Amino acid sequence: MARKTIRSIPQLRAPMPVQEPVVRARNFDEVALGFDTQAALLECERCLVCPQPACVEGCPVNIDIPGFITRMIRHDYRGAYDVLTDSTLLPAVCGRVCPQEDQCEGVCPVGAGGTLEPVAIGRLERWLGDRAIAEGWRKQSHIERRQFRVGIVGSGPAGMACAADLAKAGCKVTIFEALHEPGGVLRYGIPEFRLPNSVVDAEINAIRALGVEIKCNTLVGRLFTIEQMLNEMGYDAVFIGTGAGSPRFMDLPGEGLNGVLSANELLTRCNLMRAGQFPTYDTPLGLGKRVAVIGAGNTAMDAMRVSLRLGADEVHCIYRRTEHECPARREELHHAEEEGIHFHWLTNPVEILGDANGNVRALRCVRMELGAPDDSGRRSPVVVPGSEFDFEADTVVYAIGTSPNPILGQTSKLKLDKRGYIQSDASLATSLAGVYAGGDIVTGAATVILAMGAGRRAAQGIKDYLGIRDSSVVYAPEAAGLEGSLFGIDLAERNFTHLRLI
Amino acid sequence: MADQDDAGAAGADHADHAAPHFIEEIRATGFPILTRTDFSDVTFLLEIEHPAMARAAQPGQFVIVILDDHGERLPLTIADFDRARGTVTLVVQAVGKSTRQMQATLRAGGTLYGLVGPMGVPSHVSGAKKVICVGGGLGVAPIYPQARAFKEAGAYVIGVVGFRNKDLVFWDDKFRAVCDEFIICTDDGSAGIRGLVTQGITEALARHVDVDEVVAIGPPIMMRSCVETTRPFKIKTMVSLNPIMVDGTGMCGGCRVKVADRIRFACVDGPDFDGHKVDFDDLMLRLRRYKAQEKDALDRYDENCRRTRLPHETLGVR
Repeated sequence: MARKTIRSIPQLRAPMPVQEPVVRARNFDEVALGFDTQAALLECERCLVCPQPACVEGCPVNIDIPGFITRMIRHDYRGAYDVLTDSTLLPAVCGRVCPQEDQCEGVCPVGAGGTLEPVAIGRLERWLGDRAIAEGWRKQSHIERRQFRVGIVGSGPAGMACAADLAKAGCKVTIFEALHEPGGVLRYGIPEFRLPNSVVDAEINAIRALGVEIKCNTLVGRLFTIEQMLNEMGYDAVFIGTGAGSPRFMDLPGEGLNGVLSANELLTRCNLMRAGQFPTYDTPLGLGKRVAVIGAGNTAMDAMRVSLRLGADEVHCIYRRTEHECPARREELHHAEEEGIHFHWLTNPVEILGDANGNVRALRCVRMELGAPDDSGRRSPVVVPGSEFDFEADTVVYAIGTSPNPILGQTSKLKLDKRGYIQSDASLATSLAGVYAGGDIVTGAATVILAMGAGRRAAQGIKDYLGIRDSSVVYAPEAAGLEGSLFGIDLAERNFTHLRLI
Repeated sequence: MADQDDAGAAGADHADHAAPHFIEEIRATGFPILTRTDFSDVTFLLEIEHPAMARAAQPGQFVIVILDDHGERLPLTIADFDRARGTVTLVVQAVGKSTRQMQATLRAGGTLYGLVGPMGVPSHVSGAKKVICVGGGLGVAPIYPQARAFKEAGAYVIGVVGFRNKDLVFWDDKFRAVCDEFIICTDDGSAGIRGLVTQGITEALARHVDVDEVVAIGPPIMMRSCVETTRPFKIKTMVSLNPIMVDGTGMCGGCRVKVADRIRFACVDGPDFDGHKVDFDDLMLRLRRYKAQEKDALDRYDENCRRTRLPHETLGVR
């Protein structure tokens, strides 16, 4: 077949149906409905199958994107799934929540000219992930058991990615989760309409199928410490992926009023505790009718769209910069606008006003204008003098970022940085030998896929530390010669159990 | 919570307790209830098997309990722990929907769906020579391990506990075993002295001029009264705050309290704080957050119980 060129491929992206904004704003069903087989195959045709694919480099977990797409074109879906899951065990999750426009799709040559849209890699990944769930495909890894035991703290994306890689390398892996259900931010944070719980369950089962054990209701640090895991409980290595955690507030007057809460609390009540179904479920929500969300990141978008679906009449976004600086994904912002969220750019709250019963009644705000660029290169907002006004609201939600969770800092000797995040080197090793950390607890709040990338990098670090040969590349000691080896056994490898004399 | 200034010290005293030896020891769900004791028509005790938690638990810490897969996450202070038996003890007051349901359904031999902890920074058992440990209402049980810890640290311990009347008194023998002086206060004077726990504190302070510290656990209104009683004497008074919580791991910020004009999270920075610096108005206001929903849930629950019980009872009559 002649090589595909930018002219010969289908020019337009295959259509993906979405729920109508007016309908979806009142239900928790998924917004984006996903490709059907025909659309997926059409979209595959748009891939140029570059010899040096930029998309693989652009992917934080380096998925062989042209590799799985070529197999899809041959209708070898199972083969495509196996290629995909060499790099990620959560394709149905990543296909939904990754910011592909900044990663694989952002560097796709098809979109580079600016006239065409890049290959919809995320949607293809999602289609394949969903198909695998429907068909019950499992990644069949040949796992040779080793004597190493690895403990993982936190069952979010970082912990699960790390667990999957280590389980595939033959380690006995246990994940400890403080909440009563596994999944971390995928469970408590990302709402049902963006990532259905059934998808999270299916992906977690795929991790369990690798032999990973998940212990919920276990608060590491307090039930036992990181040091105890290594010294007394017999773990050879530990990975910490606890997430950033603690919500920030602004220290404004009136923050103690009832009706003021963090986006984390709103989302946890709604997603993990199913407060939307109160009183069938015991956890209440107490959402008002006029909700103001402070901040404009992805968490703010989720909080606003959840509020709308839980029956708020009006949902408003208060952000001190402009739409241009808004840190949310374009797609999320676009969806939120379509659903009727009201955006108030260049607006900053200065006080929360309450009624006689201690409930929120309004937000006192000021108008802002953009001044000189700050350290982040963004123009910093400054207050317009005399612009104060009151904004009516009965619920105020803070979505202005998080601070590191303090529990492990309180209970271990792990070295933290100035801001309280865990310090780690390039291999994600911490100040304690054998303890690795990655994801939001190291970098501060980021994305699911970056956390997964960190989890995989830490798994590599742990494999090196334990002297397990690299299970993700084909090992060829002959190529390296027999020098520095003992009867052909690589001395760097301390794990000899898989060798048998015949 | 960028700063962790005063929290860091707490980690050190954690290390002297052994970790679970086998991972199998750590249960992830279905926590066995070994015994249940009813103290009154609202207060009951549950002793739950959890060897790892019994080893790790320290005075002042709490757990989160989940009754079933529809249940809410309910924070309860650890009332006692027995490292040898491998159990933790919780004392529950059946006042809301979830606690009433616990009272109705949990039995010795049964299990709890969810139990996680120990949570929070352990109480700092200071080198105080003479302390008053005050417990009222739900706080009577959790003040006991504190009193015991002070006693073990060599302090002269004065216990002050409050009940509505004589019939509600429990654990007086346990308290007497660890207290050098023990004062029971009842509303009607049917046991001990008549009056609130503040009466007991005032009496104790009249007899002892050298009290170094007061620890008070109970309803916010009681803790506030205790704090106001000791304020003129400038005696350090620690209180254990009980705001509304969801996850209990520092993630949701629902339990934020104002201490010395700063926001602190009771679940990871507390639950113990210097009572003289706590904004109790803020705490009490925020505890009313879900009053309407709590009442609604309780009414529905009672209505359901009544309805489901009726046919059963008529059957019994026949």
